[in-house]
Amino acid sequence: MAPKDRWLDQDAGPVVRPYTLTRGRTRPRGDALDLIVVLEATNIPESPRLRLSPEHRMLLALCRRPIAFADLASEVDLPVGVVRVLVDDLRDENLVRALKPTPAGDAPDEFVLRKLLHGLRAL
Amino acid sequence: MDSAHFETAPPGTAGTGAPPDADRPITAKILIAGGFGVGKTTMVGAISEIRPLRTEELLTDRSVGVDDTAGVDRKTSTTVAMDFGRITLEDNLILYLFGTPGQQRFWFMWDELAHGAIGAVVLADVRRLADCFPAVDYFEDRGTPFVVAVNCFDGAARKDPRDVRIALDLEETVPLVMCDVRHRESAKGVLITMIEHVLGDATVRTGVI
Repeated sequence: MAPKDRWLDQDAGPVVRPYTLTRGRTRPRGDALDLIVVLEATNIPESPRLRLSPEHRMLLALCRRPIAFADLASEVDLPVGVVRVLVDDLRDENLVRALKPTPAGDAPDEFVLRKLLHGLRAL
Repeated sequence: MDSAHFETAPPGTAGTGAPPDADRPITAKILIAGGFGVGKTTMVGAISEIRPLRTEELLTDRSVGVDDTAGVDRKTSTTVAMDFGRITLEDNLILYLFGTPGQQRFWFMWDELAHGAIGAVVLADVRRLADCFPAVDYFEDRGTPFVVAVNCFDGAARKDPRDVRIALDLEETVPLVMCDVRHRESAKGVLITMIEHVLGDATVRTGVI
């Protein structure tokens, strides 16, 4: 049986519902987006052949202003894994880019830590 | 993580320490760990703006995939809410708090959550100290900086923090503070202690916040 056919096997039962939005994909290709990675729209025009789903469009619209991945998932109220796959599609089409959380990379450096400390104390 | 897929630092932010473009937030995260019912949700709510965030159960995430149908008959579409809070600070700096899932079956998420985190707060309850052992072990093994915050609810006997430290067999370098995470100032103090600890200038090693 070809792998594709296995999805149609009645014994398999219904496929996980939230993932129908991702056409059954549960793992994004390439690198996994950290929850605090910042996403922003590239404003590159869409290719005419591209048919984005309403969910893709919603995510793309929210990325017009830079937004952390966790905030994005929270806004659209879809499971994190689903949003990962959808955002990956947008990145593949160069419609959205991912930026490291801080200028120093994934984790804050001393400069950012001191700013965080200062900010927290001022709360 | 394959960093090749990431853009390089935005223009004007080359190197470390330079301010980013005004619109682009700088984000950081702290994990809030500890046993079930110890006050993780309460702490996130006391100090930050709570945001709904849904994630998936282990079976869904691991067993169902395009290339692997072995787990389909055991599939579950259950999604679980995760403690997630946001503290917006000045200069477009955002600190996120993530409650690490308490149940063992969610531990696959911990590595992902811990990646890039400033560190962790391990919440403990003096009545059930053993509940925080797995979190302490995890962060010790991983080398993630953490502080232990003993949540003292009203009515809970206030123990001497030094006794708690002995009970937890905690290294002397790990700060241990008694707190009441229902109160914003106390929760804030715990986060400050966490960041001070990472910077190596914690003012509180064992004490009450």
